[in-house]
Amino acid sequence: MKEVKTKTAVITGSEALIRSLISEGVDTLFGYPGGAIMPVFDSMYDYKDKMKHILVRHEQGAIHAAQGYARVSKKVGVALVTSGPGATNAITGITDAMMDSTPLVVISGQVNSTLLGTDAFQEADVIGVSQPVTKWAYQIRRPEDIAWAVSRAFYIASSGRPGPVILDIAKDAQMLSCEYQYDKTTSLRSYRPAPTPRLEQIEAAAELINQAKKPFALVGQGVILGNAEKELIAFLEKAQIPFGWTILGLSAVPSDHPLNRGMLGMHGNVGPNIKTNECDVLIAIGMRFDDRVTGDLNTYAKQAKVIHFDIDRAEIDKNVKTTVSVLGDVKRTLPLVTERLNENSHTDWVDEFKEYEKKEYDCIIKNELYSETGPIKMGEVVNKVSEATENKAICVTDVGQNQMMGTRYFKFTESRSIVTSGGLGTMGFALPAGIGAKYGAPERTVCIFVGDGGLQMTIQELGTIMEYDIPVKIILLNNNYLGMVRQWQELFYKERYSETFMQNPDFIKIADAYGIEARKVVNREDLDNAIAEMFEYEGAYLLEVEVETKGMVYPMVPAGGSVSNIILGNGYSL
Amino acid sequence: MQEKTFYTVTVFSENTVGVLNQITTIFTRRQLNIESLSVSPSAISGIHKFTITAFADTEDAMRKLVKQIDKRVDVLKAYYNTDEDLVYQEIALYKIETAKLVATSNVEELLRKHNARILDVSDHSTVLQKTGHYEETQALFDELSESIGVLQFIRSGRVAITKSRVERLSDLLARRELADLQDILIDETK
Repeated sequence: MKEVKTKTAVITGSEALIRSLISEGVDTLFGYPGGAIMPVFDSMYDYKDKMKHILVRHEQGAIHAAQGYARVSKKVGVALVTSGPGATNAITGITDAMMDSTPLVVISGQVNSTLLGTDAFQEADVIGVSQPVTKWAYQIRRPEDIAWAVSRAFYIASSGRPGPVILDIAKDAQMLSCEYQYDKTTSLRSYRPAPTPRLEQIEAAAELINQAKKPFALVGQGVILGNAEKELIAFLEKAQIPFGWTILGLSAVPSDHPLNRGMLGMHGNVGPNIKTNECDVLIAIGMRFDDRVTGDLNTYAKQAKVIHFDIDRAEIDKNVKTTVSVLGDVKRTLPLVTERLNENSHTDWVDEFKEYEKKEYDCIIKNELYSETGPIKMGEVVNKVSEATENKAICVTDVGQNQMMGTRYFKFTESRSIVTSGGLGTMGFALPAGIGAKYGAPERTVCIFVGDGGLQMTIQELGTIMEYDIPVKIILLNNNYLGMVRQWQELFYKERYSETFMQNPDFIKIADAYGIEARKVVNREDLDNAIAEMFEYEGAYLLEVEVETKGMVYPMVPAGGSVSNIILGNGYSL
Repeated sequence: MQEKTFYTVTVFSENTVGVLNQITTIFTRRQLNIESLSVSPSAISGIHKFTITAFADTEDAMRKLVKQIDKRVDVLKAYYNTDEDLVYQEIALYKIETAKLVATSNVEELLRKHNARILDVSDHSTVLQKTGHYEETQALFDELSESIGVLQFIRSGRVAITKSRVERLSDLLARRELADLQDILIDETK
């Protein structure tokens, strides 16, 4: 159980924290100082050569940056905040990480242990507030508990179904001295991160798939979190199973893979939604049947036998009743099923999707990507940006129409290329998450798609980009509306545009004030040139594109509707 | 609306601060009202046992609840049971006026009938104790209320033990150890 034994030394709690983080391989963290975390910031000063701290402009930004970092790098994201408001500002990001299974260790300062419970200055019940939205939350009141708690925190955050952990450290525990020794945690009695695969489940799943005439796979983020991309491809190819991916499953397989039939869900592609209700065996792999994927559960895949691969027992039968569940790490379970599969082809079945793909192209995609007249369209911008990077970039999106356009039209050649707030849908996510993604994958291009609403929720992080000279490419799709809400108002609220119009500032001037290169494009003929200029420029770049004010994201499965009743919009019907 | 079923949830956890809060928020989020709660050390050293009772519309709701509790890092295992799987007991204390008790002619009959004990007697009040199922402790309460009146009343949360031979958790931990050695998975739902 105990692996690396470090020498015992007597040091302060705050130094013990820094040395523990370094023992876990942390070389980058995001944070914001304040009274109750000052001893840690002071100790960090001595370790500047080993650990880089990025000073964000708001604690929410620190968490989103740590999320972006973790999502692209396979590492645990680390954030450091102070007590009270520092910690409560972090809660949105922590909740987001919980929903999207992102491994984070968040360290918050806390008032002196002697002051706990006295409503001291900047005291908040961080454990009480965070327990429902963390995988584990622990308050440290003594310096000698720091090393083991950090060790547990990293083990818990990164193992099994990953998630955020918060360590709330009283200020006196940071200042007092203790004997320090760091041992890595490799197991906990009360915690079973990954169930061991069971033969009967493996065999039952293989048998169902071997008998299937119309199998359809749903690929989720579990594949990426489990580093099982190769195992997935081997599984899909052996029996030639077409698949759709969830928003967080994007990029698990290259976009142009011949079995890829597109995105699932509310604004996903037509084929995978319709075919979910026509397949005979539905194979869910590392996904959780979110309501944005399933629509009305009473009309969802009722004809199909359902196989669910997941590491989290609580996801089995939570939303969709399974015929066969395959519990465990997909890195292990997929190959066990694959070796029992018959080689197969489902050519006719795969071809059935193509009719819908043609329809979607003719009615929606062609118009969204290749219009020659009228205002610039959101999808058109995403598509051009993706092509300009040869589909090799990391796509970071905010939430709303920009997110749906980004995830529909960006293309991927490499895994871990999508950073988006899937479960919580947090506006303001993109800019700080993009910063983190760039630190997590410095050699890759990071494209941040954001709307005028979302940008202004965390716009202060332009200051972080300025200070550290972070070369992210920000593509602002500006329609002067809270576009997705406006779309719903148009469709479901009789065009009563209640509070969705926004009077916006001059974003170019704002970028300019932060010393960030920026350009605004209004006319289609300038777009290619501006995108080329953005990528030629070495540093950070803000490209503002004035897009159509009343753009719509289609197709659409109306909330609570059946995936079979997907709407094409613009007067088209299936 | 269908009739609700009464369930007993048993949770084995590490003895760490804040586990109770983690468990109760899972009930709250699913709109399940806790009827009674008791916490005590289990037969296994260092492991605490929570016994929680609640009504639920469906067994499915209970199954999902227990999975979510089970998922918490500090929780070793959570189970749910209906009454027929369990031996269970509650304890109730009743404070009554001594003078009124003495004035009744049937103290002995009352104590024998309900199998109640006298714990404490003073000039002004007497404390009775009764253990049993809810209905049984309630029956004594009702009888006392109607006759001589009850000054104070308290009923504990349920304590329950399964009809199986040893603590299920011991079995589970042993099976887990074996499974880890052999690298096969056991059915943890049993």
